[in-house]
Amino acid sequence: MIKARVTVTLKNGVLDPQGKAIEGALGALGFEGIGQVRQGKVFDLAVDTADRAKAEADIKAMCEKLLANTVIENYSIALA
Amino acid sequence: MKSAVVQLPGLNRDRDMIAALTLISGKAPVTVWQTDTQIPDVDLIVIPGGFSYGDYLRCGAIAARMPVMQAIREKAEAGVKVLGVCNGFQILLEAGMLPGALMRNASLRFVCKEVKLEVVNAETSFTRAYDKGQIIRCPVAHHDGNYFADTETLKTIEGEGQVVFRYAAGTNPNGSINDIAAVTNRAGNVLGMMPHPENLIEAAHGGSDGRGLFASALDVIAAAA
Repeated sequence: MIKARVTVTLKNGVLDPQGKAIEGALGALGFEGIGQVRQGKVFDLAVDTADRAKAEADIKAMCEKLLANTVIENYSIALA
Repeated sequence: MKSAVVQLPGLNRDRDMIAALTLISGKAPVTVWQTDTQIPDVDLIVIPGGFSYGDYLRCGAIAARMPVMQAIREKAEAGVKVLGVCNGFQILLEAGMLPGALMRNASLRFVCKEVKLEVVNAETSFTRAYDKGQIIRCPVAHHDGNYFADTETLKTIEGEGQVVFRYAAGTNPNGSINDIAAVTNRAGNVLGMMPHPENLIEAAHGGSDGRGLFASALDVIAAAA
């Protein structure tokens, strides 16, 4: 079993209204000096194989086909 | 002209769409379920609005990967007209059948109100009943209708007449870039839009501004006038 974490983030230049709202809320709580907040998603996957190269290739295909919308999002894969 | 309405778990505007198509074409559309891999011989396929798969992951993302979408893609490539309204628009974008993406509304609020649309391209098979520059009324109801496309894509769709409706001055309800409310594919036979023309087609709705869209797509402009 191989565990992996996929992180999906918005591409630069894509407006993130939720990140903006969180940024505002942090400021309202008194946290100073927040340059920017961008919201993303994290997926923890467990893949039933011992082959790390295959697991990584499969997860990349999952990102391209479903986990990320590559029009607006980037993704990164970290195997445990 | 024959039409089909796609049904998926969580879509809830299918009945409105069926009523509109029946009223305007005089024939009830056939319904197609998400697992269907064959679509009957029709001239227009409509993906209605709602909250397919509970908007999980991203609006329309899971619906866009259902078997019926492959069948719709093949029909579209063969020239059949495809219309996606609201969640249907989100599904067509997620399926890669239209350019761009829809983000959370800039206000972060669900908007449910009437807006005004400017007809930007009156030469598509969905807008022939309107005049270029005409302003029509149309209801919107969505949380993720903030249209986005990168600079290059925007340049292409603006240049190729793929922007079909814009929110008229001062009525952009969601922060959409260039006030874009509806786009087509390059061939012009696939249209996606956030507003709901099916909810403004008869006196009981308080107007019939949305009727021209269905009359155009169903080729019954004279009958609907």
